[in-house]
Amino acid sequence: MNRITGTDGVATGAGSPGGGRPLERRGGKGFAAGDNIFLGVLVIIGALILVVAGAYLVVLYQRGELALSTFGLGFLVSSDWNPVRGEFGALPFLVGTLLTSLGALILAVPLALASALFVTEYAPRWLAGPVSYLVELLAAIPSVVYGMWGIFVLVPFVRQIHLALLTTPGIGELAFIRTPPSGLGLFTAILILTVMIIPFTASVARDVITLVPAEQREAAYALGATKWEVLRTAVLPYARAGIMGGVILSLGRALGETMAVTMVIGNRTDLPDGLFAPTATMASIIANEFAEAVGNLHVSSLMLIGLVLFLLSIVINLLARWLIGRLAPRSVA
Amino acid sequence: MLDDVSVNGTPQATGAEDRAAAQPILEARKLNVSYGSNRAVRDVSLAVQPNTVTALIGPSGCGKTTFLRALNRMHDLTPAARVEGEVVFDGQDIYARGVDPVEVRRRIGMVFQKPNPFPTMSIYDNVAAGLKLAGIRKRAQLDEIVERSLSQAALWDEVKDRLRSPATGLSGGQQQRLCIARSLAVGPRLLLMDEPTSALDPQATQRIEELLGELKQHVTIVIVTHNLQQAGRVSDKTAFFLLDETVGPEDSNLIEYAETDQMFMNPGDARTEAYITGRFG
Amino acid sequence: MTGVSARNRGRRRVADAAVALLIALGTLVVLVPLFLVLWYLISSGISSIDWAFFTQLPAPVGREGGGVAHAIVGSLQLVGIASVIGIILGVGSGILVAEYPRNPIVAPVRLMSDVLVGVPAIVTGLVVYGAVVVAMGRFSALAGGIALGLIMIPYVVRATDEVLQLVPQSVREAGLALGLARWRVTLFIVLPAAVNGIATGVLLAVARVAGEAAPLLFTAFGNQFWSRGIDQPTAALPLVIYSYSIAPYPEWHRLASASSLVLVALILVTTLLTRLVFRKR
Repeated sequence: MNRITGTDGVATGAGSPGGGRPLERRGGKGFAAGDNIFLGVLVIIGALILVVAGAYLVVLYQRGELALSTFGLGFLVSSDWNPVRGEFGALPFLVGTLLTSLGALILAVPLALASALFVTEYAPRWLAGPVSYLVELLAAIPSVVYGMWGIFVLVPFVRQIHLALLTTPGIGELAFIRTPPSGLGLFTAILILTVMIIPFTASVARDVITLVPAEQREAAYALGATKWEVLRTAVLPYARAGIMGGVILSLGRALGETMAVTMVIGNRTDLPDGLFAPTATMASIIANEFAEAVGNLHVSSLMLIGLVLFLLSIVINLLARWLIGRLAPRSVA
Repeated sequence: MLDDVSVNGTPQATGAEDRAAAQPILEARKLNVSYGSNRAVRDVSLAVQPNTVTALIGPSGCGKTTFLRALNRMHDLTPAARVEGEVVFDGQDIYARGVDPVEVRRRIGMVFQKPNPFPTMSIYDNVAAGLKLAGIRKRAQLDEIVERSLSQAALWDEVKDRLRSPATGLSGGQQQRLCIARSLAVGPRLLLMDEPTSALDPQATQRIEELLGELKQHVTIVIVTHNLQQAGRVSDKTAFFLLDETVGPEDSNLIEYAETDQMFMNPGDARTEAYITGRFG
Repeated sequence: MTGVSARNRGRRRVADAAVALLIALGTLVVLVPLFLVLWYLISSGISSIDWAFFTQLPAPVGREGGGVAHAIVGSLQLVGIASVIGIILGVGSGILVAEYPRNPIVAPVRLMSDVLVGVPAIVTGLVVYGAVVVAMGRFSALAGGIALGLIMIPYVVRATDEVLQLVPQSVREAGLALGLARWRVTLFIVLPAAVNGIATGVLLAVARVAGEAAPLLFTAFGNQFWSRGIDQPTAALPLVIYSYSIAPYPEWHRLASASSLVLVALILVTTLLTRLVFRKR
């Protein structure tokens, strides 16, 4: 009947003290060899990721060092970008990046919040799922496709608007409107960026709003508040930090967004002199000039812009993560 | 790993049984387990005889499950847990330097509170998992062990026609018996059970209790239960754990350890009596 | 008194309705561009999708017809290289982060992979140019694939980590209690239980990088003809869309639209199918 011990060689010495085969694995010290090898491989892989992250900093710094030593920090405040004369200053791109990103945020945040509130608070169940899926689809369309749509649809449309504004008395004379009406420029870039960052703000906002505890809502409802009053007094304040994190995360996206912006912004290396004026961002100048850059200094200047972009994106991401993490650790895309 | 498990050693068992009667298969000596500053198991010493069922009882939080998990080094996985003292199994301290916890667990199996079959595997693969992953690949051998283990766990007749279907399709009670079969398949000498019926309905519970009586012919069992009647029905010896204000900082939280009949009829400690009679009303 | 409160109540109700309307309108405004883009792609692209589109090279300027077969093959090649890098480094680190949280390297790995998600793709292009293209002395499919792979890694790490966290601890304990070494439990029991989720994560990451043009501009670079090897520049669908839509030839615009339609269809179908297939389980 004692068949089961038959499956185990140990049964041989049963009962006699010390008679069983030792519990140490044969081969002495390295008894956990398999575990050690496995963990070792994983640690090497993990370390590779750290190496990669370090490589970003090292490569960008090394390649940008020439520009940094030539221009110093004046690189960031000079608006003179002239490859022919070998003068490089990144101010127009810093300004262009800032204007496009902030402009897009101003347009995107209310819209994204509206869609987040719609799917979490207002829409019936059967509609909420599809709508939030469609909003997510906005993020699935590649930047370059938005860019192409921008060139063939949005740019002509903006040109019409610009022309109409130029011929409107009282508005057409304003300095920030009076630029040649090409359709390519700051405003078009803002519009396309708006569409592209909405899904990021919306999905973070949606996640943090769903995390607001039911008691918060119920407390407000119990006071006789209307739905909007509940949202305003109980839900939104509670979710504020998280939503702010989502906004900053979107800012990070907007700063680095490349293809679509490059294709509609006009790529002029001067400071923008109007809402519709062509200009450039840090990302777009790299995309536009790097492959054809002539001379080490030109390449190095673009690399230095890349370094600035890299550092900026890290600071912004850490900030966003910290804000979101304060509310709901590890919950957000 | 391959040769750690072999199926050729059948006959010695009877002889071993006679000798084993006097010799404990497992003995905890001054065992302590603490999580940070919380001492959950205090100076517990207890010997388990082969081919018996030993029940660990006591109110929740008394350290019985913590003690059980110390017997096959499951606490190694919990970073905060610290174990002191000795657990002598077959004459060897399983906490001694150089002892491989993996080897310990091959010989001291465990069945958990909630049935936990491997979710992606079939019934057959669940039972064979321990052997396959340890390197046994021979088909006939696996078939034989799977059938034997399922029979011993009283599940063979119910599943023999659907060995290839997913284990998650079984009822809760069947899943728990599958987990027992899975443990038996690696050929442990001691089986630790942590409230194995707490997630099951009365009928499934009864089947498992009946099973324990048959299983102890093959394997020694230590079972944690919160159900006193269950302890009375299935166990040969019972250990009563308690960790409340009556237990001083220098005392052990193993209050009493005795033959089950004796403990239930004539408890040696007033607290044991209070616990037992309190439950029986 | 009552008049004031009735008026007040009326105002509150109007405000409530007005906000509801604004929110619905805002949502509509968000969705309109999606439909505009999709409609534009279909209306301008579908007529150009024929057999030649998938099998031929672009026709010389001024001539009708032609296709982007070289870019389709190039994209597949780039995504293939990226997947190898993304899966090995991403899944490996994901396992490390989820299963060995106490390892000192885990905190920096988690932080770095979180940070890398936010780095603009164009910056990755610059780095791979500086490290790989300069070293090889030329643009290549390999460099492009590496760039896309680097972008994939953090997504795969996070997906693997999250899915492994969902595997119940009881499954790991069951494996360890069978006396299996930890690496076997992780590799052959925990990982199979999570493989669907990890596959979803990998496919979504693939869909994400398949549409990237920025990191390819100065790594894969683009090519008007068939790529002659992994160490040579190669075309890719996103690069074709970029260079053809900023070119002045209507015939090329036609190819760019059709390429966009195909690319978006592939991405949307992948996203949709992965969700449908893997969510159901």
